[in-house]
Amino acid sequence: MDAKPFQASVTFTPDAAPNTAVIELSGDINILADARMSAAYDEAEKHSSPMILLDFSRANYINSTGIALIVGLLARARKNKRELVVSGLSDHYKEIFQITRLSDFMKIYPNEKAALSDAAHRS
Amino acid sequence: MKTRFWQRNKPDVSAKPVAKPEAVSAIRDVKAIESAIAPNDPLMAALLGAHGALDLNEIKFESPAVAAMKAQGLRMVVPLISQGELTGVLGVGARRSDQDYSSDDRRILGGFAQSAAPAVRVAQLARAQQIEAEARTRLDNELRVARAVQELLLPRAIPQPDGWQMAAYWKPAREMSGDFYDFIPFPDGRLGIVVADVTDKGVPAAMVMATTRSLLRATAEHLVMPGAVLERTNDALCPDIPPKMFVTCLYALLDPVTGTLHYANAGHNLPVLRKSDGVVELRATGMPLGLLPGMNYEEKCVKLSANDEILIYSDGLTEAHNPAGEMFGYPQLRELMTQPLDADGLIDFLRERLDAHVGPAWEQEDDVTFVTFHRKAEAHDHNPGALLTEFSVASAPGNERDAMQRVADAIARLNLPAERLEKIKTCVGEASMNAMEHGNRYDPAKPTGVAVRVNADRLLIQITDFNGDGASEIPQETSPDLDLKLAGLQSPRGWGLFLIRSMADDMRHMTVDGKHTLELAFNL
Repeated sequence: MDAKPFQASVTFTPDAAPNTAVIELSGDINILADARMSAAYDEAEKHSSPMILLDFSRANYINSTGIALIVGLLARARKNKRELVVSGLSDHYKEIFQITRLSDFMKIYPNEKAALSDAAHRS
Repeated sequence: MKTRFWQRNKPDVSAKPVAKPEAVSAIRDVKAIESAIAPNDPLMAALLGAHGALDLNEIKFESPAVAAMKAQGLRMVVPLISQGELTGVLGVGARRSDQDYSSDDRRILGGFAQSAAPAVRVAQLARAQQIEAEARTRLDNELRVARAVQELLLPRAIPQPDGWQMAAYWKPAREMSGDFYDFIPFPDGRLGIVVADVTDKGVPAAMVMATTRSLLRATAEHLVMPGAVLERTNDALCPDIPPKMFVTCLYALLDPVTGTLHYANAGHNLPVLRKSDGVVELRATGMPLGLLPGMNYEEKCVKLSANDEILIYSDGLTEAHNPAGEMFGYPQLRELMTQPLDADGLIDFLRERLDAHVGPAWEQEDDVTFVTFHRKAEAHDHNPGALLTEFSVASAPGNERDAMQRVADAIARLNLPAERLEKIKTCVGEASMNAMEHGNRYDPAKPTGVAVRVNADRLLIQITDFNGDGASEIPQETSPDLDLKLAGLQSPRGWGLFLIRSMADDMRHMTVDGKHTLELAFNL
């Protein structure tokens, strides 16, 4: 279980998913991910999409400081009236989202495709 | 039937009474004359039909035996007949006087032969009995030695790992046994446990037993895990085992530290697990060893808790009959396994019940073997458990991952479900992170200590730090409120101890000699 550096990339495809910006997170999500995660969120907000998806399918570790970062993003999203949703969580991290009640505020999808499909139907 | 007899004489003294002094000295000079009469030689019939001495020169029929006797200087032969059986032949050479034997001589020879025949017969029988007795004694001695050798193949001492009570009992039905048991210790502390039963009893079974034991031991050294060990042993045994023989075998691998028992079964009686709330048969399928090569053996795993006890036995117990012909039977064994035991333990209890079933006149039908192992009950507070690993990691951001991985490696032998393992790793990560950040302030000179122990019921993980600048540095447990955090009224952080409290079964803080330890407990 080697530590992997955090990476975040933002994709927005207006033709396929006009209302959702996707932030793909990979590597370890801990305090060290703060700046990059914030920057990615800033970039995602620029697309003015009503929904931002955090995709964790390539994230292999989230600790309590990483949870704190997600809480920070969620607070920002709520402040700016955007819906923050997540996908690609393992069962273990899904449980952590439930224990922390993050799942009360963020819809959890099994994968990015399911999240985008749901968003398309809602638009 | 080939008949062989001996005639010893010297031609010129043969007819003299042996009591005379000159005859005694002459007998010392006798030469052995060995002659054989083939069963189909007509002389045989002539001797059986003769009523006294036969003059070899008067015999007209062709007889190789007569020709041979004449060539050796014999002149007369007298059959020694006892109870209608030809027990020997008295042969004499020519008279000293060179005259023919008279009718008186012949009568004397006949009378002598008649008197001598029963004595010869008695001597022959005595000799035969002596030879038979000697052979029996030699065989008994060989069997005694073989039994002693076989007993050397059994463990000389029963291993007694910490926290366990192990026992074995072995009683062959004959001098030698086809049953055996074995304990195979491994360098990592695990213990291989074998109970096997070769078809048949006695010497043939014992020889197959010795071979099987050696194969199992040699295979276990390399392969360790029960399914693979039985598979390889079966393949090695198949070409060499005599036809119509096979071996049933239960091979189990116990980790005494964790209580994990892996087992595979080659057609043997099912081991019985006795728990405080009932009895469970440990099933795993597989063909007996030595029947067909290329067999696969199902491998199962069970976790033994405090007070659990396993019985592995051979069918000499369940198939023992009482005087009325009723078998001891598995239902009775199962019922007995639910009964409370006294201090003497399970094996003595079962032996008593077997003795009571078969009665004092029992002629043991089959070999009887038991092996039992019992995990002792121990109070948590008095048993910190066996140490699985102890290490320290440098207090630096991200190093909690190292602690998590090393703990995961150490507890892999517990075979915990994946979701349980993830929770333990998360707790270790959070506790290590707190220790590094708050307890050791990421000071390179203050490593974070980790110790992992396990007892019958619990996994205990201790994370130790230098207690920061005092007890106030240790973060107090809070209940994070997400609504407050989202409203900006509470720090987004503060989840670590909350996650630990949610995922560990227990946790406690201890401060000793200026060091702070957080102990996490997980029920097994």
